[in-house]
Amino acid sequence: MTNTLIHTDSRRSGERGFDPMSVRNDFPALAVLVKGKPLVYLDNAATTHKPDSVIDAITRFYSTENSNIHRGVHHLSELATEAYEASRRKVQRFVNAKYPQEIVFVRGTTEGINLVAQTFGRVGLKEGDEVVISMMEHHSNIVPWQMICDQTGAVLRVVPMDGRGELIQEEYLKLLGKRTKIVALTHVSNALGTVNPIREMICQAHELGISVLIDGAQAVAHGHVDVQALDCDFYAFSSHKMFGPTGIGVLYGKRELLESMPPYQGGGDMIKSVTFSKTVYNDPPHKFEAGTPHIAGASGLGAAIDYLGGLKMEAIAVHENQMLRDLTSNLLDLHGVSIVGTAKEKSGVVSFTIEGIHPHDVGTILNEEGIAVRTGHHCAQPVMDFYGVPATVRASIAFYNTKVDIEALITGIKTVQKVFH
Amino acid sequence: MSDLRSLYQEIILDHNKNPRNFGLMGDANRVIEGYNPLCGDRYTIYLKLHEDIIEDIRFSGAGCAISKASASVMTTVLKGKSIKDAEALFERFHTLVTKESKGFEDAESLGKLAAFAGVSEFPARVKCAILAWHSMKGALRSNTKSVSTE
Repeated sequence: MTNTLIHTDSRRSGERGFDPMSVRNDFPALAVLVKGKPLVYLDNAATTHKPDSVIDAITRFYSTENSNIHRGVHHLSELATEAYEASRRKVQRFVNAKYPQEIVFVRGTTEGINLVAQTFGRVGLKEGDEVVISMMEHHSNIVPWQMICDQTGAVLRVVPMDGRGELIQEEYLKLLGKRTKIVALTHVSNALGTVNPIREMICQAHELGISVLIDGAQAVAHGHVDVQALDCDFYAFSSHKMFGPTGIGVLYGKRELLESMPPYQGGGDMIKSVTFSKTVYNDPPHKFEAGTPHIAGASGLGAAIDYLGGLKMEAIAVHENQMLRDLTSNLLDLHGVSIVGTAKEKSGVVSFTIEGIHPHDVGTILNEEGIAVRTGHHCAQPVMDFYGVPATVRASIAFYNTKVDIEALITGIKTVQKVFH
Repeated sequence: MSDLRSLYQEIILDHNKNPRNFGLMGDANRVIEGYNPLCGDRYTIYLKLHEDIIEDIRFSGAGCAISKASASVMTTVLKGKSIKDAEALFERFHTLVTKESKGFEDAESLGKLAAFAGVSEFPARVKCAILAWHSMKGALRSNTKSVSTE
């Protein structure tokens, strides 16, 4: 289940930096052949692959611990409950939350944001109040706020960005005011790769007493997230974008906020007692976890956190930054390629267009070469509108990507250009 | 490359680069927009119908090579056709580009449209090929304003 000591040691003794080849064998899906060619997986912003230890944890749960949680007094139920709550404590340590009660298991980032909009937003917003989001948000950090604004009469305000894909901080400050009740921002843009200065932005909102939710979907796989250092009020992320299973994610919320919020969904596990005249809700986090959760998924997420814990994150960051620089400069060397999103601080996402060739055609031809990239609007249509493009090609990296992957992409793009010559 | 060449045939690349009947039509009596939200392909199809004959057909908009070439080739084959013939061609084209068509459709008799037979090997691209045709079909029935592939 866990990596051998030798294996772990070789990764930790990283004086020469991080070698992606030392981890590739941990990810069985990386060995898939596409059209007879080795997979070149550059769609990590959509979802990451899973190491054996995560897959094993899920199998192990169903094989040896399978039961419902927080209910039975029998042996398996105790095992399942302990496994589920152990994963919660792993997540707590992973994001450095103060209390395990601040970790709510949800289906993913999207559900985490909807939960906050429909509980915190529903009681906290009234007509004329304002919710501030940014122009580079994923649809999942736009639509839930539009829905709650429609329901409450609150108004959605949008922080603009500049041509490089950086939020305009002066405009952000101007938008914050007495009517602002919630700020919801992405940590890292999924379409542009921009890393936003959220620590400063959170601080500025807090000076005016405004609560802040951070969409961390694209951030958690790439570096250390410390919710106490950020001082964010809510932080939502998905397991499947950080090498864990799909169908489970996390909403971190400050304890006093979670305690003050009404429940999200009603059902089992979220109550203390139920009569037809009155129901007493459970305490957080259980208040927000109605119904049987994705117990096996929680074990898988816990295994993903353990896996990341065995890697040297600083060395990985150096490796990923090098990959990002190589990818960017190699793309710019190609005739007719333009990069969309050139912020100073970027994470492992490069969006680009090729002159005269639609991204969809690029994606199809790259796929023939075994190369997986995302093409489309990346669930960020306002970003596409801003740059006046219908879509982009997006290559996104994880620590298991190598120079060979980047070379394959560059060669693939040359093939695309040959087809369309 | 062989699969790719079956998809991106010369005729498709040519119509993508130099689309025929491309641009607005001032005296159209049927106008309809077609949109594929998945990839952002967006076209407007203009028809000039005289009784049941397509006297003129043009299109405008932008999208991938498959969708644009398909719209372009479609306009060239439909000009002068009757509504009934156009609808019959829609059915045959639809069969041609969907997987189920393999071996059933006599591609040769479809002329230029046969170039799109390769699309059936690329399920993700069927919607691209069919978008303009869906729009055209919608335009033949006057009361629709826009169609979507979703």
